[in-house]
Amino acid sequence: MEEKLIKTCLHDRHTALGALMSPFGGFDMPIQYKGIAEEHNAVRHDVGMFDVSHMGEVRVTGPDAYKFVSHIFVNDVTGAPDGQIYYGMMCYENGGTVDDLLVYKVNDNEYFLVINASNIAKDVEWIKRNAEGFDVVVDNQSDYYGEIAIQGPKAEETLEKVLGLNLKEIAFYNFKTFHIDGEDVIISRTGYTGEDGFEVYGSHEFTVRLWDKLIEAGVQPCGLGCRDTLRFEVGLPLYGDELSEEITPIEASLSMFVKLDKPEFIGKEALALQKAEGVKRRIVGIELEGNAIPRHGYPVEADGKQIGEITTGYRSISTGKSVAMAMLDKPYDKLGTKVEVRIRKKTFPGTVVKKRFYDKNYKK
Amino acid sequence: MSKILDNLRYADSHEWVKVDGDIATVGITDYAQHALGNIVYVDMPEVGDEVTQGEDFGAVESVKAASDLISPISGEVIEINEALEDEPELVNQDAFENWIMKVRMTDPSEVEKLLDAAAYGKICEE
Repeated sequence: MEEKLIKTCLHDRHTALGALMSPFGGFDMPIQYKGIAEEHNAVRHDVGMFDVSHMGEVRVTGPDAYKFVSHIFVNDVTGAPDGQIYYGMMCYENGGTVDDLLVYKVNDNEYFLVINASNIAKDVEWIKRNAEGFDVVVDNQSDYYGEIAIQGPKAEETLEKVLGLNLKEIAFYNFKTFHIDGEDVIISRTGYTGEDGFEVYGSHEFTVRLWDKLIEAGVQPCGLGCRDTLRFEVGLPLYGDELSEEITPIEASLSMFVKLDKPEFIGKEALALQKAEGVKRRIVGIELEGNAIPRHGYPVEADGKQIGEITTGYRSISTGKSVAMAMLDKPYDKLGTKVEVRIRKKTFPGTVVKKRFYDKNYKK
Repeated sequence: MSKILDNLRYADSHEWVKVDGDIATVGITDYAQHALGNIVYVDMPEVGDEVTQGEDFGAVESVKAASDLISPISGEVIEINEALEDEPELVNQDAFENWIMKVRMTDPSEVEKLLDAAAYGKICEE
């Protein structure tokens, strides 16, 4: 049975630009326009933009909003000033990951959650189910919002010029709501590339107008192809690869976002136990000798047996090295461990390294 | 519009074959290189390897994904295009000039099962 793909508000623009389109998370999305490497380099060295309208937005409002967000989110939003953003996960009781997300604090009674496209239906159902007993309204606004990510060292000056706004006052992982063309537009200094940049949320009409202005300003449109190579190089996880219902944030080496000193949240007991006892497996980086490219699902071997598998792998566009993130059993997760990656009929030697293959270039 | 050369034979898996006596030169088509995008690695067989018609003999990798190379003929690999080890992007520049392997065919009549330029052109239009 063929699933009907959803088109974002910018779909016409992508096809007009001749983008290579492909299904992603239930949406028909652009993978590349000019070429993954060219688009990747535009973001690393200049500025690029992504249609990320497929992302989901959920607004939580009500007197219990703070209490409820604290209950479903592993990171700690206590004491946050309005306009602060947190990255973290929602977890099941067993510690498995429902989704990873951004939480925007509008005020104590209102939070704006940005979730993965492929998980919208599942997340909204799960959030609503867990909201029982809390005095909150959970509103799935995914159909209302379009979203564009403008990323790269020239993102700030470009977006300032195009919108005629001063964005310097928006600090890293902060947002502001602007009134533009008669509507509220959310602009945050966030992204998924390891570069400075912004994510802009507005109506479909606003999003299309902004896209056209950015094209006019000469900004390179970038597809999901380089979105993945960029996030991978700086060690950011993708739900479905490094995180899933079977993979906890601790196993994904993301414990820094799990605040076990919080009084309570869903999954706390399981995650605390895992942290105390130590995980049996963990996401690490692998650097391969030679040119062969490790891909998602390829087996990793050592001592004559399989000890894990690749979760994401590429020939890094920025460094030229064959590198991967992989889920490896203990004790093979130790830095410097020699492993073999099975690629088709052969195996290739590699070394366990940190899962950051390129340094982030955030403006903090 | 991708380029198709008249004097070659083609597999529907987008490899081309140039026949010279019992020696077959094999590469991927212009259509294939275009569909793959930036090619960053060509996984080639080794000289002396046996390849079989319809079975994979390596892979060509774009940034995003690996695609198996399917051998259009059977025989022994007598040469590989070593230039592709350091410059796989040559395949993007000219897919017909930059062949992948040369094979001494064990059954040259297998070539008859392959497509001619016109038939292959139709596949690319679909």
